[in-house]
Amino acid sequence: MSTAPKTATSASGRAATKKELPEHFKAYRHVWVFIEQERGQVHPVSWELMGAGRKLADKLKVDLAAVVIGPEGEATQNAAAESFCYGADLVYMVADRLLADYRNESYTKALTDVVNAYKPEILLLGATTLGRDLAGSVATTLLTGLTADCTELDVDVDGSLAATRPTFGGSLLCTIYTLNYRPQMATVRPRVMPMPERTVRPVGRIVSHPLGLVEDDIVTKVLSFMPDRESAKSNLAYADVVVAGGLGLGSPENFQLVRQLATVLGAEYGCSRPLVQKGWVTSDRQIGQTGKTIRPKLYIAAGISGAIQHRVGVEGADLIVAINTDRNAPIFEFAHMGIITDAIRLLPALTAAFRARLSPHSRDRIAS
Amino acid sequence: MHIVVCIKQVPDSAQIRVHPVTNTIMRQGVPTIINPYDLFALEAALELRDQFGGEVTVLTMGPPSAEDSLRKALTFGADRAVLLTDRFFAGADTLATTYALATAICKISTEFGAADVVFTGKQTIDGDTAQVGPGIAKRLGLSQLTYVAKISALDLTARTIDAERRSEGGVQILRTRLPCLVTMLEATNQIRRGAMADALRAARAPIVKWSAQEAGVEDISKCGLRGSPTIVKRVFAPAARSEKAVMIEAAEQPAEALIDAIFKRQPTLETELATLARGY
Repeated sequence: MSTAPKTATSASGRAATKKELPEHFKAYRHVWVFIEQERGQVHPVSWELMGAGRKLADKLKVDLAAVVIGPEGEATQNAAAESFCYGADLVYMVADRLLADYRNESYTKALTDVVNAYKPEILLLGATTLGRDLAGSVATTLLTGLTADCTELDVDVDGSLAATRPTFGGSLLCTIYTLNYRPQMATVRPRVMPMPERTVRPVGRIVSHPLGLVEDDIVTKVLSFMPDRESAKSNLAYADVVVAGGLGLGSPENFQLVRQLATVLGAEYGCSRPLVQKGWVTSDRQIGQTGKTIRPKLYIAAGISGAIQHRVGVEGADLIVAINTDRNAPIFEFAHMGIITDAIRLLPALTAAFRARLSPHSRDRIAS
Repeated sequence: MHIVVCIKQVPDSAQIRVHPVTNTIMRQGVPTIINPYDLFALEAALELRDQFGGEVTVLTMGPPSAEDSLRKALTFGADRAVLLTDRFFAGADTLATTYALATAICKISTEFGAADVVFTGKQTIDGDTAQVGPGIAKRLGLSQLTYVAKISALDLTARTIDAERRSEGGVQILRTRLPCLVTMLEATNQIRRGAMADALRAARAPIVKWSAQEAGVEDISKCGLRGSPTIVKRVFAPAARSEKAVMIEAAEQPAEALIDAIFKRQPTLETELATLARGY
């Protein structure tokens, strides 16, 4: 359950669109990024957000801070050190053994407390399962605005955060402001923002803050954890090459043509939303606004018409190649390269041709 | 046991079209459905009721026409339906929505028995924020289990609930205390076909309708547009790209022509692909 963003009509009906920040919010400054770590690993989305946060902080001429929350120990210290390499001016840290596993109650307390103590103007989190679970709780506790799944973040002339996100299933974009409340909160999905350069920097100022909880205060207990098998996990978001199929494939059996080409290319495979809704492909392979955002070097879309919902998920690709029978399909409006033909016929030929080109034997033959 | 399931009537977003000239949403004729993720939540609730007894109340906030979705939920086997409808709720963002829904859940608990579990879908297909579930939990002071694939155990004596929760790197098995809020993942179960008796009952069943005041809202300024900290300043269509797609036309050997064009445009791809492909 959640609410669709309001429409332009409702927005224009609202008079209070000019900034009248209440006095007690005027102390809120600086841009913060929540550094998400789970089981000792920082999620790359946190560094992507540091890149976006750096730009906002520079524009506002304020500091960029990372918030590192986790168990005491090496992993959390490393996360803090890495934050400096990705542009943090300082790090706020809550380190406590009770934070070894992500639990909503303890993490909400930790993040809410540092916000109340050090007052950021902007707070960014990754739109992961952890980030969304945490962001909703923190924003409600602070009674402030939270804009989900932004695709663009900018600072307005008057210094407000302009958070742009797709709306109406991705058909339109809307820019959302949180004018009279602080902090201004937003989540961004993995791979929507480019990964910034990592620079080697000495560790800077770390401000530690206590958690102030004992185990008995936390109602939720982690009974166990079953990590995903690496082999079963799709690496769509971070894949260099992605091949995807859509309704144009006609039948679930034909989807194997997509998988075959992906195998030959050493690529990940994906699909558009209707295929998941029809049950042809599992939802972890869905590309688009409600699925994964990808940024591969090469993206091949076979039989995908290219609804805006899909476009949002693939726009960051270096090279988008579209195969579709319909020359008026919207995908040709954002693909770099297109071919008007039936994907069912072209895919096997493409697989064979790539195999011939890329196999070491054929190279040897050419060389000799 | 009393379970409350929050559902939302949403436009079938797959069928929404944007007016080519005015860039406005053409809502007319777009069918509405129960948010698909909420059906997984409803089914999970019905399964718990079947196993442990009790009642399932479905709750929605929306225009009077949202009654259709509630009737649908009754045909699936829900025991009671509550519609929260008032012009004061219009234009609510997630924070204002959670205020109204949490207030209504308090009222439901007073009128029909304290809620042991509140269910929602993981997110809606129109807003896609996944914020309302956590917001309701926070408002009501409940612990929350989001992205739940399965309720693995429930102990009404000890007042505990165990669930499998999807996280980025695997599945957490969590135990928390009742009452709690659960948001359900997709594809964990399939909504049942309601019994004929339920369909007949649903057609005639009264639906509880509450205005803001009737639901017990104390501060109307926390509802709807007035209670929403976020403001939509601009709605626009994504910019068209100036660069047109290069179309490959080759009657014979289109696959080879396409590959040539790809490597001509991005020469580095050829070696990169060869390296990637060798791994397979």
